[in-house]
Amino acid sequence: MEQVIQLEKVNKWFDDFHVLKDIDLTVTKGQKIVVCGPSGSGKSTMIRCINRLEAHQKGQIVVHGTELTNDLKNIDMIRKNVGMVFQQFNLFPHLSVIDNITLAPIWVKKLPKKEAENIAMTYLEKVKIPEQAQKYPGQLSGGQQQRVAIARSLAMNPDIMLFDEPTSALDPEMIKEVLDVMIQLAEEGMTMLVVTHEMGFAKTVADQMIFMDEGRIVEQATPDEFFNNPKSDRTKLFLSQILNH
Amino acid sequence: MTPNTSPYLSPNKMLNWSKKNLFSSWVNTIMTVIALIFLYEVGTFFLNWAIFKADFINNFRGETITDRTFCSKNIEVGQHGACWAIIFVRFHQFMYGFYPVEEAWRVNLVYAFLPFALIGVLFDKLPLRRVFLYFTFAFPFIAYFMLYGGPGLSVVATNKWGGLLVTLFLGVTGIALAFPLSILLALGRRSNMPIVKSICVVFIEFIRGVPLITLLFTANVMLPLFLPEGVKPDNLLRALVAVTLFQSAYMAEAIRGGLQAIPKGQIEAAQSLGLNYWQTTRKIILPQALKIAIPPIVNTCIGLFKDTSLVLIIGLFDLLGIGRAALSDITWTKLYYEVYVFVSLIFFIFCFGMSRYSLYLEKKLKTDNS
Amino acid sequence: MEQNFIRKLIFDEKTRALLIQTLVIGIFAVLIYLVTKQTAYNLEKRGIGTGFEFLNIAAGYDISISLIPYDSNDTHLRAYFVGLLNTLMIAVCGCFLATIMGFLVGIIRLSSNWLFRNIAYVYVEFTRNVPVLLQIILYYTILLHLPKVKQSIIIFDSFYLSNRGLFSPAPIFKDGFSVVIGSLIVMIIFTFFLKKFLKKKQELTGKQYPIFLINSALIIFTPIIFYYLMGMPLEFDHPVMKGFNFKGGMVIRPEFLGMLFGLSIYTAAFISETVRSGIISVSKGQREAAQAIGLKANFIMRLIIIPQALRVIIPPLTSQYLNLTKNSSLGIAIGYADLVHGFGGISLNQTGKAIEIMLIVMSTYLTISLTISFFMNLYNKAVQFKGNI
Repeated sequence: MEQVIQLEKVNKWFDDFHVLKDIDLTVTKGQKIVVCGPSGSGKSTMIRCINRLEAHQKGQIVVHGTELTNDLKNIDMIRKNVGMVFQQFNLFPHLSVIDNITLAPIWVKKLPKKEAENIAMTYLEKVKIPEQAQKYPGQLSGGQQQRVAIARSLAMNPDIMLFDEPTSALDPEMIKEVLDVMIQLAEEGMTMLVVTHEMGFAKTVADQMIFMDEGRIVEQATPDEFFNNPKSDRTKLFLSQILNH
Repeated sequence: MTPNTSPYLSPNKMLNWSKKNLFSSWVNTIMTVIALIFLYEVGTFFLNWAIFKADFINNFRGETITDRTFCSKNIEVGQHGACWAIIFVRFHQFMYGFYPVEEAWRVNLVYAFLPFALIGVLFDKLPLRRVFLYFTFAFPFIAYFMLYGGPGLSVVATNKWGGLLVTLFLGVTGIALAFPLSILLALGRRSNMPIVKSICVVFIEFIRGVPLITLLFTANVMLPLFLPEGVKPDNLLRALVAVTLFQSAYMAEAIRGGLQAIPKGQIEAAQSLGLNYWQTTRKIILPQALKIAIPPIVNTCIGLFKDTSLVLIIGLFDLLGIGRAALSDITWTKLYYEVYVFVSLIFFIFCFGMSRYSLYLEKKLKTDNS
Repeated sequence: MEQNFIRKLIFDEKTRALLIQTLVIGIFAVLIYLVTKQTAYNLEKRGIGTGFEFLNIAAGYDISISLIPYDSNDTHLRAYFVGLLNTLMIAVCGCFLATIMGFLVGIIRLSSNWLFRNIAYVYVEFTRNVPVLLQIILYYTILLHLPKVKQSIIIFDSFYLSNRGLFSPAPIFKDGFSVVIGSLIVMIIFTFFLKKFLKKKQELTGKQYPIFLINSALIIFTPIIFYYLMGMPLEFDHPVMKGFNFKGGMVIRPEFLGMLFGLSIYTAAFISETVRSGIISVSKGQREAAQAIGLKANFIMRLIIIPQALRVIIPPLTSQYLNLTKNSSLGIAIGYADLVHGFGGISLNQTGKAIEIMLIVMSTYLTISLTISFFMNLYNKAVQFKGNI
């Protein structure tokens, strides 16, 4: 299998605080990995390192054979191929939905406007809200906004998608519409790295489960093994807390 | 005020309103009485002075007023109010300074087109806004040519400029030149390059820490020392340099406030899509930050507009300077209050207008966000 | 290898930042070099030397208002201190008056009486939309056209307002007066500890004491008692009309009054707006929550509204103080002998040392500004909410 992301002995500090400790992780093409763990365990920081929203200080991160260093050209190249969806959506409030989506294709990929708009409409149809194209983010519900955010990432045609707790900021009734889009994406073979507490979703799509605590990967296993036969005590405790309510 | 359900004021409603706002308790009633007496005294005094007992063009004998000895109040002492003739007679100076009378149409033309240059900047929902904005960019060149002269128009040196012309020139040009500079300063102050950042911080804090008058003095006295002999900027240009630097520091702080209000997630989202620093800044950060920053920016503009009056201290004739010049004219001397009230009124109209606009923007910002 | 090096130079985040910054420093250095070289050349050509020796030369001009002894034989350095003290004096007095007026107008703006509210509104709009320089000149003009000395307006039988300024009784402190002042200082310190003690006691027993009342009484009455005990050691020298002018007493000159009125009336308009918005900013929810836990109206004001409003008011209030201090440099327009007028104006003209003098004047203002903002930042940090709410 083709390896698309490799993390080797990655370490990161926020001042004195050691957030990531010797993280090793390999993602192959088409793999869907779900990362979970208590808050402050470093899971968001880890995936934010993969498109260099955070810089790591030790170790190696290689995406598509390119190592992430200070080299801005490489960073740009990787960001073009890695999409990211945020907990707070981070749509641009001053741009309409369609402008949000066409922004990067026009300015980064330098596509003609017409073509970018066609692409945007295909992805809006994919996330099932083509009729909202002319509206502004503030006029949409949270679930709709997050779907626009997914479409915005997809419009750059990335081969890897990173999801940073995409449903945590949503009202319960809107979670499903976002998860449905993500499941559909998974079925189409997208490489996905998802930080989430939605264990139902994890059971449906994940190839691999990762449990992080205190900056380390404590356990990595298939969902079957992870949920039915966790090895570490910390994983057991976490699962009992999150599944029993 | 009480919300009105019907557009007509019924006597009943007025009674209710005054009960609530004027006579709700005996303390309130006493206050109302005091306020009414105060308003009556001040109001009658001022209206009598400014309008009912005042001279405009002719005095009470019907003679045209050509110098201060014709003012009614100088003929019958203590019987009459203001003598506005000084404003009418010297109106040209108040508006254009010592600009040649036969060339004044050029200034008028610039005055007339100024609103069209501003309107596109001020209102973002204006139809044909793009066309107006093109005009805005062309306007400085047109205005410069019209005011200063060039091929086909006689040259009017800036030492002939004065009055409202100088006030508006310094205010508008200072703001326009300071705007791009202030954006760079604000961005620089938030840069993670320590040297760029410290240069911006030192510049901004220095300018904000000293009075404008010292900057004007410095520009006036030192600019000629700094530059080679051949280059000798005239007085107006020196003042403009000081005013621009001054305004850019204050505006930069207003813009920095806007930049700080943009959530970090906006930058991250733009970066994760592959936009570089300048694309992120231009497409994502600035449009949002400037929108938030416009009301405080307008407030700094009001401040600057008022502060242009300081140039009289370095010998330029702005609106206030021209007023003072009029008072030192032996034929018109001693009509202080007429001149100062008139100049105040002009400043008030401009500044109050700007503050209303800023308020309108703040309201709009609130409704846009909800 | 070669290509790799260039690539690293341009595209590496760190080297690129370094590159840009070196470039910026380079441009700056060249600019400064050119300007200094040109300036040195120009100065030499005009025969103006550089250096600060001129500070020790006799200034040769008089200053009308001075807090320290000064005459025209004194040095420029002394003239500088006279100006600085005058600047500080007008700034402190102006801030004091502006604060009182500003708070008053701000509260009137929230009055339930429609007329009061709107008179205050008109005052605010008219004063803050007219240049402060124009107002200073206007008030000064009014002061200069007050009645002549002979027809002075008499206030409370001892103050005489005329076109020469305000003549008022001058206090003469006799021997025992330091005791009265001493008792006042002791009482202020004592009440500070008393307040702490009574608060502690309240925390232990729950009994509430009228702390404010007790302390005010102590601070006001103790010095009065001592004043009489020491045989009233304070007398006033009243101004008396002699010929065409007053003799005795002290005079506050129209230049000072013009500056004081101009600066404080103008700044008070801005302060009133910050006060008003500060009080409004405390949300209705806070008031309701305080009522819900059964606090009485005066406790709500003291414990809930004012502490929160102050947090909002203090930062803009500071910048108003800074503005007033900087605006005090406008004294030159009406001949008030502040730093810019005397040292920055007359000394500059006499010595021609433009660079040195402007450097000194600007650094002085900068020091004042930075000092005020430093202390206000300290205060601000102390009262800011902990954490994000």
